[in-house]
Amino acid sequence: MFQSLSDRLTKVFGKLTGRGALTETDVTEALREVRVALLEADVALPVVKDFIAKVKDRAVGQDVLRSITPGQMVVKIVHDELVAVLGGAEGVAAGLDLQAVPPVPVLMVGLQGSGKTTTSAKLAVRLKADRKKVLLASLDVYRPAAQQQLEILAGQAQVGSLPIVAGEMPVAIAKRAMDVGRREGYDVVILDTAGRLHIDQELMAEVAAVRDAVNPHETLLVADAMTGQDAVVLAREFNEKVGVTGIVLTRVDGDSRGGAALSMRQVTGRPIKYLGLGEKLDALEVFHPDRLAGRILGMGDVVSLVEKAMSTFEQDEAEKLAKRIQKGKFDLEDMLTQLKQVEKMGDLKGIVAMLPGLGKMGDQLKNANIDNKAMGRQKAIILSMTIKERRNPDLIKASRKRRIAAGSGTDVQDVNKLLKQFQQMADVMKKASKLGVKGFARHGLGGLMPPGMGGGRFGR
Amino acid sequence: MSGKGWIGKLKAGLGKSTSRMTQGLTNLFTKRKLDEDALEELEELLITSDMGLPVAAKLVKELKRQRFGQDVSPEDVKAVLAEEIAVIVATVAKPLELKPQRKPQVVLVVGVNGAGKTTTIGKMAQFYKEQGLSVTLVAGDTFRAAAVEQLKVWGERAHCPVVSGPANGDAAGLAFDALTKAQRDGTDLLFIDTAGRLHNKSDLMAELQKVIRVIKKVDADAPHDVLLVLDATVGQNAHAQVATFLEMVQISGLVLTKLDGTARGGVLVALAEKFALPVHAIGIGEGAGDLRPFDARDYARSLVGLE
Ligand SMILES: Nc1nc2c(ncn2[C@@H]2O[C@H](COP(=O)(O)OP(=O)(O)OP(=O)(O)O)[C@@H](O)[C@H]2O)c(=O)[nH]1
Ligand SMILES: Nc1nc2c(ncn2[C@@H]2O[C@H](COP(=O)(O)OP(=O)(O)OP(=O)(O)O)[C@@H](O)[C@H]2O)c(=O)[nH]1
Ligand SMILES: [Mg+2]
Ligand SMILES: [Mg+2]
Repeated sequence: MFQSLSDRLTKVFGKLTGRGALTETDVTEALREVRVALLEADVALPVVKDFIAKVKDRAVGQDVLRSITPGQMVVKIVHDELVAVLGGAEGVAAGLDLQAVPPVPVLMVGLQGSGKTTTSAKLAVRLKADRKKVLLASLDVYRPAAQQQLEILAGQAQVGSLPIVAGEMPVAIAKRAMDVGRREGYDVVILDTAGRLHIDQELMAEVAAVRDAVNPHETLLVADAMTGQDAVVLAREFNEKVGVTGIVLTRVDGDSRGGAALSMRQVTGRPIKYLGLGEKLDALEVFHPDRLAGRILGMGDVVSLVEKAMSTFEQDEAEKLAKRIQKGKFDLEDMLTQLKQVEKMGDLKGIVAMLPGLGKMGDQLKNANIDNKAMGRQKAIILSMTIKERRNPDLIKASRKRRIAAGSGTDVQDVNKLLKQFQQMADVMKKASKLGVKGFARHGLGGLMPPGMGGGRFGR
Repeated sequence: MSGKGWIGKLKAGLGKSTSRMTQGLTNLFTKRKLDEDALEELEELLITSDMGLPVAAKLVKELKRQRFGQDVSPEDVKAVLAEEIAVIVATVAKPLELKPQRKPQVVLVVGVNGAGKTTTIGKMAQFYKEQGLSVTLVAGDTFRAAAVEQLKVWGERAHCPVVSGPANGDAAGLAFDALTKAQRDGTDLLFIDTAGRLHNKSDLMAELQKVIRVIKKVDADAPHDVLLVLDATVGQNAHAQVATFLEMVQISGLVLTKLDGTARGGVLVALAEKFALPVHAIGIGEGAGDLRPFDARDYARSLVGLE
């Protein structure tokens, strides 16, 4: 498991506080650790070297405040520099620049499978919310069903989709998209392209031809947050051969450290505009340099995220549930909701595990003892029941149990066990309802889970 | 001829015997002591392959122990390094083992989004079909837009039936039905495609566990292989991917895709040391024929920049 930079530097400097100015030796030693941390985060080596040199200049001779350690001081300098590089002079990138005569062409490029098609649709959703009329067009005539994929997503996003003409080549498609865009009064035309390797001369020439044909106002390089050292190479090549105006980093919902963002930002000088945070079309966020800086250094602004997630979960769900219980209702649907919630906490546990140095919060979550496997099974069992059965568990007799077991890949025994747990919970719920809604909401849901179901508490 | 320069002429004229001479000449000019600077350069070469600092440092340390202070050419040093790497990864270079007594042999294909699962299945389908085996594909990605259509195209290319269900349907149920039918038909190989999922999403991982449980209802030994598809451009996150997929769904082997790019997939060396999971194949393109067995020596040499 990765060590956070602050942990590393604490080791270098010990617990010494305020020693006057940082000496060259201090800084050199500290920067060795910074190098390791950045490489672990997948920042490309040449970028690491540049970055370290810059930080060194800034750090040597800096006064260390009395209240903090030299290690903390270095972390602060590194962090600030990282934010500065990631955000650049323009600060937080202000989304897409659409200051042009409509329809404004936006070109999406990147390696295979990086998330171009999904991001195209996500952008469409976002622009639509800003009252823009958006047309999506797929120029991917190579990957099986690629054009269909974008057409389906356009349907989900409820935006325009350029009709597919079999056999038409990318440049022609792009021109037709712009024609339709002009004729039908679209504000923005998003051109999704096939994934391509930056060393594939033919395909790079093709996308350059598309660029020349439509003169895109924005050309977004879509890249995976999990990308390793190759990020510098691919970003440089795409920028040189096609010309990039911004970067979208996808799969930030994973647990990679995302150092590729720094590499790409550094080598292209282009802003990171958006982050992809999931597969659904609303999972796109504008970029915040400070959050990503924390993540790259393994310190995470995730603390606040975790806190936020926990509080909304407890409040909303506890209140909803409490209301139902008060009315004397608790069925298997409610249990399913709870399982899903606790599972989400499991995801949080995963995030926290990646980020040491979170202190108490991390420990609490670690001790919460969430049994993912058991929970997955329980969820599967309930999902294999009909809604009627979930609402009225008494219906579930022998033959139904067999069906449910088969449907969920479990045994009748497992089904029985789940029903018994449900009964236990329902009993507890009855007791809880006597405590009153307020007291219940305050104590949270975790405390009510029977053992073996992730019964730890997530109280703050 | 004039453009070639004198050495070119000489070579052309004297044939093979000169190649050793020119080799000697270049060595004379480029051979240098294996000093700290040279070692650092080598370590950096390994780091930029995504090998990770610990393994890169270890390999270089070993090289230092053997050769420090000796006069060596860069080519020679790289060759020695490649040998070391080849030794490590040779232990995991194993093609997918065919189990003809299983009808069908069930191969479940998993991995993070966009890694190349569906394409790899398409390539494998073609490969095994050409070997005369009967192959069926299961469109277990019921989530992503047009994932089913994508697999169907691959099925057509390889002339294999593709079993599919409704959009957003239950992947486990689909796998159950497909396996039951494949057993009846005596199919040799059943490839199950799955939706891309990030390993840190426990609900999606639980869904995958359910697919496996349901498959086991039909055949307690199935799935016989669980392949994790890794993208060669991935960095250190590959460790977390392998660890989690191994823990949650007991992956039995790896496929490394997109090695036709400039990423060298060096993280595989670290993975081989840590997990010792077999690497069954590599992907070197988007076409049906772009699948190769994983060759330890070729991989190691291209990793250090020898062709
Ligand atoms: N978890 C997660 N998955 C994503 C994100 N963005 C895209 N994906 C998934 O990544 C996979 C590939 O996405 P696509 O949009 O098809 O990628 P692409 O770049 O168009 O792929 P090609 O056209 O084949 O080059 C799909 O499974 C998407 O659902 C993201 O931000 N998070
Ligand atoms: N250059 C290259 N591209 C590849 C290779 N393997 C797959 N691809 C491409 O990578 C992209 C993603 O491949 P898919 O097979 O759709 O990936 P997947 O893992 O099924 O994706 P999801 O189902 O969306 O998670 C496609 O554009 C493929 O053509 C390879 O070995 N080399
Ligand atoms: Mg696409
Ligand atoms: Mg797929």
